[in-house]
Amino acid sequence: MREFAYARARDVDAAVSLVADNPGARYLGGGTNLVDLMKLGIERPELLVDVTGLPLDEVTEDGDLLRIGALVRNSDLAAHPLVRDRYPVLSQAVLNGASGQLRNVATTGGNLVQRTRCGYFTDPTKPCNKRMPGSGCPAIEGEHHNLAILGASDHCVATHPSDLAVALAALDARIDVQDLAGPHELPLEDLYRPVGDRPDLELTIRDGALITGVALPPLPPDARTTYRKVRERASYAFAIAAVAAVLVVRDGLVSDVRIALGAVASHPWRARIAERELRGGPATAAAFEAAAIAELDAARPLRDNAYKVPLVRDLVVAVLTELAR
Amino acid sequence: MTRTWQAAPSVGHPLTRVEGLDKVTGRARYAADIPLPGLVYGWVVPATIPRGRVLGLDVAATLAMPGVLAVLHQHNAPRLTDAGDATLLLFQDDRVAHRGDPVALVIADTPERAREAAERTAVDYLPEPHDAAFRADHPRLYEPDHVNPRLPTVTDKGDVEAALAGAAVVVDHEYRTPPQHNNPMEPHSGTAVWADGRLTVYDSTQHAYGMARTLTKLFGFDPGVVRVVSEHVGGGFGAKGLTRPDAVLAVMAATLVGRPVRVTMTRPQLFPLTGYRTPTAQRIRLGADRDGRLVAVEHRASSQTSRLLEFTEQSASYSRVMYAADNLRTSHRVVALDVPTPRWMRAPGEAPGSFALESAMDELAEACGVDPVELRLRNDATTEPATGEPFSSRRLAECLREGARRFGWADRDPRPAARRDGRWWRGTGMAGAHYPARAGPTVAHATAFPDGGYVVRVGAADIGTGARTVLTQLAADALEVPVGVVRLEIGDSDFGRAQVAGGSMGTASWSWPVVTACRDLAHRLASGERLPPEGLTSTYDSTEALRALGAFARYAFGAHFAEVAVDAATGEVRVPRLTGVYAVGRVVNPLTARSQLIGGMTMGLSCALLEESIMDARFGDFVNHNLADYHVATNADVGELDVAFVDDPDDELNPSGVKGLGEIGIVGVPAAIANAVWHATGVRQRELPIGPARTITSGQ
Repeated sequence: MREFAYARARDVDAAVSLVADNPGARYLGGGTNLVDLMKLGIERPELLVDVTGLPLDEVTEDGDLLRIGALVRNSDLAAHPLVRDRYPVLSQAVLNGASGQLRNVATTGGNLVQRTRCGYFTDPTKPCNKRMPGSGCPAIEGEHHNLAILGASDHCVATHPSDLAVALAALDARIDVQDLAGPHELPLEDLYRPVGDRPDLELTIRDGALITGVALPPLPPDARTTYRKVRERASYAFAIAAVAAVLVVRDGLVSDVRIALGAVASHPWRARIAERELRGGPATAAAFEAAAIAELDAARPLRDNAYKVPLVRDLVVAVLTELAR
Repeated sequence: MTRTWQAAPSVGHPLTRVEGLDKVTGRARYAADIPLPGLVYGWVVPATIPRGRVLGLDVAATLAMPGVLAVLHQHNAPRLTDAGDATLLLFQDDRVAHRGDPVALVIADTPERAREAAERTAVDYLPEPHDAAFRADHPRLYEPDHVNPRLPTVTDKGDVEAALAGAAVVVDHEYRTPPQHNNPMEPHSGTAVWADGRLTVYDSTQHAYGMARTLTKLFGFDPGVVRVVSEHVGGGFGAKGLTRPDAVLAVMAATLVGRPVRVTMTRPQLFPLTGYRTPTAQRIRLGADRDGRLVAVEHRASSQTSRLLEFTEQSASYSRVMYAADNLRTSHRVVALDVPTPRWMRAPGEAPGSFALESAMDELAEACGVDPVELRLRNDATTEPATGEPFSSRRLAECLREGARRFGWADRDPRPAARRDGRWWRGTGMAGAHYPARAGPTVAHATAFPDGGYVVRVGAADIGTGARTVLTQLAADALEVPVGVVRLEIGDSDFGRAQVAGGSMGTASWSWPVVTACRDLAHRLASGERLPPEGLTSTYDSTEALRALGAFARYAFGAHFAEVAVDAATGEVRVPRLTGVYAVGRVVNPLTARSQLIGGMTMGLSCALLEESIMDARFGDFVNHNLADYHVATNADVGELDVAFVDDPDDELNPSGVKGLGEIGIVGVPAAIANAVWHATGVRQRELPIGPARTITSGQ
């Protein structure tokens, strides 16, 4: 049996001191991804530090920010009146993810740092650069119909599985982190490293840093938001493409737009090129399509995932057209 | 105790499952739940190469790991005798026949320690070049001697080529279906216990009797040594129809360590070790006159098997039965690859075969400008097309007409891509269906007790179908007593010969001796025979009666209708409505019958849109070997399911007049959905599953 030690953290400082600088230690939140990976033998921690007792489980107003504790369960986040009222895109994204049972235990912070579900990563008998650096990426020539079309490299074409993180990317969320140097914050987009030649290094924060919360800036009062997830079955499946969008149209012109794409890259993909194309221009289907095409110009699809390029294009057009209506 | 009154008949009434309370309260024990003193656990060490030899195994290192009691491998395993299934000849030599093939079994005091030690066991391989890629033009495809179950490989009537050359309309296309896995919720689990010279095996199986016979032959045990018990089974879908490695490994291990041993498989282990549906490539050529009357049908099917065992899916046999044509040719080819062995899964043959033929019929309807229902009515057969044998009954036309009426087919606009509803293209499609109505030899014992109770024993299996319930109803009616005083005991090989819970032949097979034995017992009691304290038993064996059956083609028939919506931007396919109408002989219990049929229709929907085992031929492995990546339909995928029956009396079947309905609900549903997707979008879907990837790449 694989034995490991278990500790309950008294407070954030104690948790960080147990995990930081200890490569064999992991934080245990909802455990919905970590425990699966332990069963598969992909994670073999020596120490699990249970953080679920820490007081990071509330959604609170802080001036014009909405602060979401890292331990707020997915179900509670989706159901929270302030979230539903101010950021419906976030509530929709969460409810499109996983299953009711998983959402009841999965945490906000854990969701952001969950691992890819690429079938080669999750099978320890096969090579994978993310799991075993330098062993190769069998997905590039193998099964990749739902892997990345943007931002991937010759070393890894994995996608990030989260729905929640895609909505947070569109909302310009900021992440609160604590490590041995103390608390600090960063934009969600900066949390994830580009794939490059080290796909095993996924995050920019230090090993053992603890995500303590997420802060959401306010949206313009006339912003419209939505989350659309395309998946092969109607529920309980990862996206094959997803769009979180925020759109403000004034006098027929795009006054503000934020688009984040899911299931296309190693992290939530903020479609900055498309946004730039659209800002200040007409809110028409033709403009939306041109913007989507511009964003997807960088797409480098593989043998069996080229369908995602027209899929994402048409999905962006459909979502923005709906929001502009 | 009076026995003169007659109970109201139970057959035809929607009796709820007799073991339902046990199941929902957790009292029902499945194979891996049974507690046993001294129980230890076996864990498979699977091959990580697709072909080659095992050179060595670090047994000493594994034995030194915590909790490990023994390691079974090619050098210490009992020698086995071939029982007709080479997938069970485990540890008999150094060959690796496919990735996932067991190379050792680690036995330890807890499942966790067994697993850890198995995963850490170092194996030295000599890999050999392998070929795990199925293709329709594979150079090693050949015509096997027969196809599953023992059907002829080829049938040929008339002159297909001449008829096609002279036909006014010809449809000629290839249809493809992917590998698919049975994926019952309950994984395979076998536990073996030696006591007093007998070996008891608790296993999750569709056929306790067959497993006892197989293990007896395999290990060379004396008759009567092996007893297989399988009281409750959490689904099988064909994957538990035959003995699987879990039982063989448990017996080997229990014999080696002298303690009860349990081998329970993980979900990923089920993919290479318990069977799956082969991929198929099927070419259909139809020739017809301008009114859509068929003059020629050709159905050629290709599939794969493993190096261990030749199994050929009988996909083209569907066309031997379905529509009349003077010129009819069906044939099969198979290629042996370095892959796991394909076996029975959810209507083997009929499920992929109907996708090809019923899709081609829709293309013919389009080509001739004839309504798809009318086209099938015009081509209805009076005798079995391939053999000329009379049908015991054939009510396909009644199913087609009643289905069209219930579904509201009459107003259908035949034009494709003509109905847009917001983001959705909408369409409807249909298909015919049939499934063989067979029965196999079975023994049953009916016992009356002085307290007024009855026990009926038969080696049946209830794999979630309601078998125990319908047999209780049939027994009660034959005894002319209320169902409450009859207890069915099933899932025990000691009850004697019994047919497998497969091929939709369970109820037809088991009810034969149950009803006959119960009638005999009732007669003996009514004629005043003494009822001793230990009870009075009547036994019946249906073997002779089955031999005396007349020469008829026996099939259940059906028709499926589907409504689909296809998202214009994303290609997502939804199925808001399915209608199935069936001629399945006598319906014993409308509640469990409907459950089976909506289950079948759901499997058909799942097959049409979702299910695909993805083979990475470089590894010889199904890479989506878990239920997160292998998608079966969820409740959210299933819309309104409408099930109806047409009256289907048939005196040429069995004493209960039943045809079996476990699988016909699947047959034709993928084609009905594919045809509806064409009607919605104007794009034909000749390859399953139909998902966004295909609807988009095909132009939507």
